[in-house]
Amino acid sequence: MKYTLTVLVENQPGVLSKVVSLFARRGYNIDSLAVGTSEDPAVSRMTIVGEGDAGIIEQVEKQLNKIIPVIKVRRLGAAGEFTSCELMLVKIDNRNIAEINGIVELMKAEVVGVTKNSLTIRYAGDHEKCETLYSLLKPYGIREVARSGSIAIETT
Amino acid sequence: MKKINGAEIMVKCLQQEGVDIVFGYPGAAICPFYDAIYDSGIRHVLVRQEQNAAHMASGYARSLSRPAVCTATSGPGATNLITGIATAYMDSIPIIAITGQVNLEQLGRDSFQEADITGACESFTKHSYLVKNVADIPRVMKEAFHIASTGRPGPVLIDIPEEVQLAKAGQFHYPEKPDIIGYKPTTAGHPMQIKRALQAIRAAKRPIVCCGGGVVLANARDEMIRFVKNSGAPVVATMMGIGVLPMHSPTYLGMIGRHGRSYANRAIREADLVILCGARVGDRAIAMPGQIAERATVIHVDVDPAEIGKNMRVDIPIVGDVKAVLTALAEKAEPGDIEPWLEVVSEYKRSYRPHGKDRSDFVEPRSFIRGLSALMEENAILVSDVGQSQIWAARNFSQKEGRFLTSGGLGTMGYALPAAIGAKLAKPGRQVVAVCGDGAFQMSLCEMATAVACGIPLKLIVMDNKRLGMVREVQNKLYGNRHSGTHMDGNPDFVKLCEAYGIPANRASGNKQALQFAEEMLHSDGPYALICAVDPETPTI
Repeated sequence: MKYTLTVLVENQPGVLSKVVSLFARRGYNIDSLAVGTSEDPAVSRMTIVGEGDAGIIEQVEKQLNKIIPVIKVRRLGAAGEFTSCELMLVKIDNRNIAEINGIVELMKAEVVGVTKNSLTIRYAGDHEKCETLYSLLKPYGIREVARSGSIAIETT
Repeated sequence: MKKINGAEIMVKCLQQEGVDIVFGYPGAAICPFYDAIYDSGIRHVLVRQEQNAAHMASGYARSLSRPAVCTATSGPGATNLITGIATAYMDSIPIIAITGQVNLEQLGRDSFQEADITGACESFTKHSYLVKNVADIPRVMKEAFHIASTGRPGPVLIDIPEEVQLAKAGQFHYPEKPDIIGYKPTTAGHPMQIKRALQAIRAAKRPIVCCGGGVVLANARDEMIRFVKNSGAPVVATMMGIGVLPMHSPTYLGMIGRHGRSYANRAIREADLVILCGARVGDRAIAMPGQIAERATVIHVDVDPAEIGKNMRVDIPIVGDVKAVLTALAEKAEPGDIEPWLEVVSEYKRSYRPHGKDRSDFVEPRSFIRGLSALMEENAILVSDVGQSQIWAARNFSQKEGRFLTSGGLGTMGYALPAAIGAKLAKPGRQVVAVCGDGAFQMSLCEMATAVACGIPLKLIVMDNKRLGMVREVQNKLYGNRHSGTHMDGNPDFVKLCEAYGIPANRASGNKQALQFAEEMLHSDGPYALICAVDPETPTI
């Protein structure tokens, strides 16, 4: 079962390594992890997407709570709706520029760089949409791709 | 006003916390702290290897139920502490480890004696600090002692660069209360769950209480005794829970687990209600699945929410301080229809015959520990090492008000001797005896010098079978008697060795003789080592 956790932590050195080493040593996998500031400059917000059964998810939450600089752990979707978003940058061969442009327009992505041989496309959307765009672009010769971890927030 | 430096602030903080002793080993990066300790009135115990400073702090902390302090320098001093810190972590012992560190400018450059000790200890400290600013020292110290000693106790590491120890600060102000936004351990159990637990206790026909180390850590001995009395339930203990219940009480069935009493294991397997108190369902104590019946109701009381449901399913979870929860449970607990069950477990206990009989060609270790128990004072502290000697001691030590200290979680060889030194310093008025094998003894025997230097009447029993007995037993059972690396060839004459340290010693080669020496040892004012010649074929159980 896929789960998304948002973890509020004190903004101090070493917190990220404490969180990551917890996942590593207890054998929990992380699909993606994103860290950034929150509305409070003293607090950072981590979004962790992982996979595990109910027992593992419960342990992950409890073990995270034991880390002293961890202030709050919330499992998104447990109570109410949430929205999530990833950022993707794709550098692609531009021989089929018209067709690529069509896909870019269809997906509401954005061309942010053009050279003689390549196009760079920026896209923000949930994980599935990023996957869709990626597979649409793939046949045209992707040269490089950079993807961020997912960030998420409750909407209710 | 005279400005004081970081090291002096550290010492003032320790004094505010009531610390009167520090176990450690100096080096360049911790010199400012050592200079500040020099005339502070805090006693420094110089160990011979840093790991043992952590073990001594562990023995001291366990005996007094409050955090104890060990210290080492940067680099190798700090890395030598690691095994001791990990040992304390696995047994949830509150120790504060203070390490020196290279200067801030040198950090991250692979400087001489630099080690990323906070990084290295990440997975076996409850929390750690790298202090980069002298102004942070009082807050960090306050938080460290609070974190180490509250909730589920554990070791906290404070790494302080030399220049931060030397930096001048203005006024010293020690915060009255720590303020850690993300750390608020639960203390009282949830009333609803306590109510459910009481109902389950009344409904149970075959209840059993499993007493773990958490009961010892919570100082909840009296509460446990009252709860057991009111609920009527018989009790088994994990290795870390030995000594909570008076060992002679009729409903105490002894240690469970892989090396536990067979009838204690049988009782917990047959129970229809298992009340786990401060027990983390470790694999050596409760091997799941199978050790607890599928249909049994399980109540789990623990201060650490993460322990509940970690290794086994739980029907009634109670997160809270074991002492508070047991008080609440004891108040209203009523036994159900459990008389037939009590008769069954009493019969199990009655029909048990202890293993091992006195010998005259060797010292039979199991019957010797029973004989030794009879000679010891009622509140004696037995500190056991790891391996066969641990199991011999755990299964056969029997004392009314006694304590049993050992490295149960990590299973660290060499623990007993230094931990016994710490325990004796904490409780000078109580009998403290260390038991170890010849393998473990040689891992920390250098600390005999510490005992002598500090005038500590260390009482030491070495079960000498010239083998790594427990591993050898595994090799006999699973590896076709191929004794790979388990013969301790080259052992010195231990009696002469102890005497060279100035510790009177004797070697016994039979139980009668061993008990005579043990009596002599217990009555002597100074240190004493009793070396027991043990038959390598003696089984662990």
